[in-house]
Formats: sequence, structure tokens, C-alpha cells
Amino acid sequence: MEFTLISLLNGLSYGLLLFMLSSGLTLIFSMMGVLNFAHASFYMLGAYFGYAISQQFGFWPALIIAPLLTGLAGALIERFGLRAVHKHGHVSELLFTFGLSYVIAELVQLVWGRAAVPYKIPSELDGPLFSLFTMAFPAYRGFMMLVAVLMVVAIWLLLTRTRIGLVIQAALTHPETVEALGHNVPRVFMLVFGGGCALAGLAGVIGGNAFVTEPAMAATVGSIIFVVVVVGGMGSLGGAFLASLLIGMVQTFAVALDWSLLGPLARVGIAPSPELPVYRLLSLTLSEVAPILPYLLLVLVLIFRPRGLMGKRES
Amino acid sequence: MPVGLIRYSPINLGRWLVWGGFALALVIAPLVFSSGSSLSLLSLMGTMMIFSLSYNMLLGQSGMLSFGHAVYSGLGAFFAIHAINLSSSGTLQVPLTLVPLVGGVAGLLFGALFGYVTTQRSGTAFSMISLGIVELVFACSLMFPGFFGGEGGVSGDRVFGRPFFGISFGPQIQVYYLIAFWLFVSAVAMFALAHTPLGRIANAVRDNPERAEFVGYDPQRVRFLMLMLSAFFAGISGGLAAINFEIVSAENVSAARSGAVLLFAFIGGTGIFFGPMLGAIVGVLLTVMLPEFTKAWLLYRDFFHHDGHVRTGRHGQPDRDEPAPGIQGTDAACAACHAAAGRACGHRSDRVRDADRDDVSAVARRGTWHFLEFVRMERRCYVDACLADRDLYAACRRRIFSATTWRVSGCLGGCAGRA
Repeated sequence: MEFTLISLLNGLSYGLLLFMLSSGLTLIFSMMGVLNFAHASFYMLGAYFGYAISQQFGFWPALIIAPLLTGLAGALIERFGLRAVHKHGHVSELLFTFGLSYVIAELVQLVWGRAAVPYKIPSELDGPLFSLFTMAFPAYRGFMMLVAVLMVVAIWLLLTRTRIGLVIQAALTHPETVEALGHNVPRVFMLVFGGGCALAGLAGVIGGNAFVTEPAMAATVGSIIFVVVVVGGMGSLGGAFLASLLIGMVQTFAVALDWSLLGPLARVGIAPSPELPVYRLLSLTLSEVAPILPYLLLVLVLIFRPRGLMGKRES
Repeated sequence: MPVGLIRYSPINLGRWLVWGGFALALVIAPLVFSSGSSLSLLSLMGTMMIFSLSYNMLLGQSGMLSFGHAVYSGLGAFFAIHAINLSSSGTLQVPLTLVPLVGGVAGLLFGALFGYVTTQRSGTAFSMISLGIVELVFACSLMFPGFFGGEGGVSGDRVFGRPFFGISFGPQIQVYYLIAFWLFVSAVAMFALAHTPLGRIANAVRDNPERAEFVGYDPQRVRFLMLMLSAFFAGISGGLAAINFEIVSAENVSAARSGAVLLFAFIGGTGIFFGPMLGAIVGVLLTVMLPEFTKAWLLYRDFFHHDGHVRTGRHGQPDRDEPAPGIQGTDAACAACHAAAGRACGHRSDRVRDADRDDVSAVARRGTWHFLEFVRMERRCYVDACLADRDLYAACRRRIFSATTWRVSGCLGGCAGRA
């Protein structure tokens, strides 16, 4: 019970962090058709900006400034890089962002070095939030969840209740019409790209100190958020939300469970000998398999539901 | 009058000249660049050329941007190294010249398996799924140490059986000619394939899938066939890499390796058949040469991990005991590793104690295999040292598992600082 509750909370906070990343990616994808390969690099950039700013001014200013800086960087890249590549098609755009991810990773290494930087949790949030039975739930995890939920609500309000949100929604499906009505669609694109990057940056600022701020962090989380986006259905925000929570839960629960196929087999009275060629496969525990579960999920979803959990159309 | 009695088939002189020139260049190259380091460089280029060409069958000819092509070459390499090991122990009778074919068939089979899933979709979704597959295989490779050899990889010995007319494949020059032979055969085969109806339809699917479908071809099937064939050639390049380096590690199936071949093919130009070859030459040169000019060498080296070196000094064979270009890379990483580990832990393995006696550069000179072994040994004591700090331990474990040298060294440094 205790384990389940704590894992549930941890999975929830990890899933929400994944959603902070995948929401920006999904928004950018559904609007511009560009799958931003460098999205996780902006997450890393956010974490490093957050670290650098918190060294000078403390964590709270960093929480505001670092995402803005990341968003600005994203907007500039869209304006002066991606827009020029746009006319060559989606594959070229994907290649462009792929190259960009290398460049950002290398720049980060040149500036901050290859080792992890000591990006600390602010002292106000260092400590337990509450205790469940004997296990303490860290306050910072609670803070992460709070920020993520606030962000979800803010996006939802922005997209459905404001004028700019209306324009964005319209530009998703009918860019020509929106342009004909006198809106500057390229600028809207730039804003969405910058906004998406800023969301990734925000996730970086609060995720960087919860986990580790290092040059490999983009690669660690990058492939997972692509899985989230494909599993949820390309371009579906709701799907991304669902898939983020699902993968967050799966990973959190799986790493803590050491179940293997030997258990059920022993119950029905079969005890395979260690010499059996498949013994290694049977003795794999769930915690050992945890790293591949998201990718297995991806493959299964593609076979049985190719448009993703909540995707509307097939490409 | 029967149709086709009179045929007009002029000799395509240009084509004969180009391919003749290519064959000639392959034969002459090691005579011009005859030093040991350029030989290993040429061998590396040869394997990368096949790999880039096979990649271009996807990107250039069929319009599939794959982020996971190293899966096929890497798995081919694993099967090839196991074939080598089985052959040297006498269980299997595969001559070394045909080992690349083992890799190719393995690549083909895995191409059929994974390709069935990936080619369900096209465009961006295909790219993402290929990335998922490469991560899947990479994670799996660390899960089954029996087959993949864990972090240290699987090493083998390409010299087995009796020498045939004095050819034992011990000296690098013989391996070079083996690679050159397979490069030529594969390149001709891929070129011919591009001009078959399948190759042409693949172009049509790339340019306009709807119209190809209207004409009566199933784009998904065409993509699947092209991916399988491309995986076959990637497997051949993997088999050759296994022969060349005599070690295959998880790095061979990684996303980093896949990214490198994508960059090579793209730099060379995906529109021209020979483009990716040029890209492979330039790419290999850059990855090996740039480290000598810039401090940011790790930046470029990250693509290659240990491919810049030959495994040297096995049983003290003088003809192969030669530091490869880019050896400074290992040198630096080793030094960092060594220094950090010296502070981080007390107990040492024999091999590391060995390393203690020599200076660090000697460890580096002994080559990749030793280096990986070194890292593997170090990992043990370093896990002990890091257990105190769980977060750091988790982070380091992740990084060690991804096993690129600089990450390991950086990690050791970080750990020593805190432990």
C-alpha cells in the first residue's frame, strides 16, 4: 500500500514532467508539421540556464528568466534557421533539428564542461512535504507537480479562452484562411515554436535539479518524449497527456518490481534449469526490463493502433 | 517478325570508366598510403562507405529518414564476431572471407523483423519509430550479456585456421583488401539494385506515394523490401567492422552510431549514388583528424567511440602493434579515468595494476579492448565508491551504460570529486 502510493506519486510527477516536454513538442508538431528533434536539447538548455542564473541570483529568478531565455533562443532559431529550411519539406526540417541537437549538446559541453554541474534544489523546498506511513514524499516533487499542473491549466486557458489561442487553433488546421483574414501566420509559428521551447526550458529548470544536469540529459529524455508523442497520437495534446502519465507510471512501477516469469512458472510447478537457453529470458526481472518498456509500448501501439492512443488521422 | 531480335545496346563507356577507376583506386590506395595508421584509416573508411551507401538506399532512394540504421550493422557485427569465435573454436566452419555474409544475413533477418514494424508508417513517424527501435535494441544489448558481452562487448580473433597461400588475415593490409573486395561487390550490387524496377519504384514512392499506389504498387511493401535489402548491406559492413576491430560492443547498435551514418550520407549528398562514399571519406577523416587540432576533439570523437583505434599488440604481433591515428583520444580519456579511479577506490584488478606499472599512454597504446576492460574493472570499485550518493550513482550508472569513453571518464571525475 505504502509502496503503491509513493510509486503512484512519483510516477505522476515524472509523467507530468514528461508532459511538460511533450506538450511543447506536440503543439509545434501539430502546428508546423515539424517534429522538433532538438526539443530535448531545449530542456537541457533550460536546465543549464537555470543553473547559471541560480548561481547568480538564486532559484526563483531562474525559474522565470531561464524559460524565457530558452524560448527566445527557440524563436530565433525558428526565425533564422527553420523558416529557411521549411520550403524543402518535412524531412529536411527534421534533419535540421537533428543537426541542431548536436550543436546544442556540443555548445553546452564547451561552456559548462562534460561532467554534471551541481545544480541544487533550493533550500526552501529541500525536505519532505508529508509522510505516508514511513516514507517521506519530497517537497520538491510536490513543487514539480504543482508547476506542471499550473502549466497545463495555463496552456488550456490560453488555447481556448484567449484571442491568440483562437488564432493558433485556427492556424493549426487552416493556415491559409487565417492568413487571408489578416493574421501574420509566420509570426504565430515563431511564437508557437518559441513557446514550445520555453515550456521545455521550464521543464529543464525544475527537472534539472530533481534529476541530473549533464550533457547526456537531452539524449536520456529525448527518445522517451518521442515515444510519448507517437504513442499518444502525433499532434494530439490529450494523447500526449495520457501517454506521458502512462509511461511515467510504467517506468516508476517497473523499476521497483523484481517480478520475473520464473514466479508464475514456479506456481504451476515448472522450475526451468539454468542451463536452458531461454533461462536468461525467463529470469529477467521487471526492473531489468524497465528501460525497454516504453519502446515495447511504442512497437505494440504501432502494430495494434497505428494512429496512436488518441490520434485522429493516419499519416 | 519476333520482337526484340534487333537490340541496340551501346557500351556505356562512362560507367565502365567510373567503376574501373573505382576498382583501380581501391587496389592502389594502400600502396600510396602505406603506413600502418593510414591502412587502418582506409579500412575504417571502407566499412563506413558500405554503411553509408546502404543508408542512402533508405534516405536517398526511398525517402526514409532513419535514425536507427546502426541496429542492422551492429547486430550483423555481433553475429559476425560470434561466427568468428565459433569458427576459431572449431564448432562452425565459416571462412573469414565469408564472415561478412553472416553479418549481412543477420542484418537481413532483423531488417525483416524490425522493418515490418517501422515501415508501417512513412515520413516523420517512420523516423521516430526507427529511433525507438534503436533505443530498444541498445537497451536490450545491455540486458543480455551472454550474447552482447555487456559493457565490455564481445572480442574475437580473426586469425584462425591454416593460412591460405600465406593469407592469414593477421596483417592489416590483408584485411584492407578483404574490405575493399566486399566494398566493390556491395557497391556494384547496390548500384545495380538502384536501376532495377524495384529501385525505380522506390524512387517513385519517395517522390509521390499516392501516385505510386495508383499505378498499382503498395508503397509500404516497397519500403519494406528496400529496408530489408539496405539492412543486408548494413550487416555486411557490420561484419567487416567486426573483422577489422575484432571487438563489437553495445556502441555498435547505438543511436550515436546511427546519427553518424546519417550525417555521413547527408554530408556526401543523398542525390548521387557515389555521394555517401565521399561523405564517409570526409566524415572519417574529420573524426580522426580534427582531434589533433582542437581541444573539443571529444565532440567529434563521440561518434566513433573506439573505432579510431585498432586493437593492437595481441600476442605481441609486431605488424599490428601500431597506434592508430586519434590515439590521443583514448590517451586523454584514460588519463582522466586513471586519475579519478586512483582517488576513488582502493582495490584494483590485475589489469589495472598492470596499467599502474606502465604510464597511462601505454595503456592507451594497448588499444580499445584493454581500455574497455579497464573501464569495466574500474566500474566495480567505482560503484562501491558511489554507493554513498544514490543520485550520483544512478546518474553515473546511466552514463556508464551508454559507455562512450568520455562519459565514463567524465563520470569518474565527477564521482571522485564527491566521493
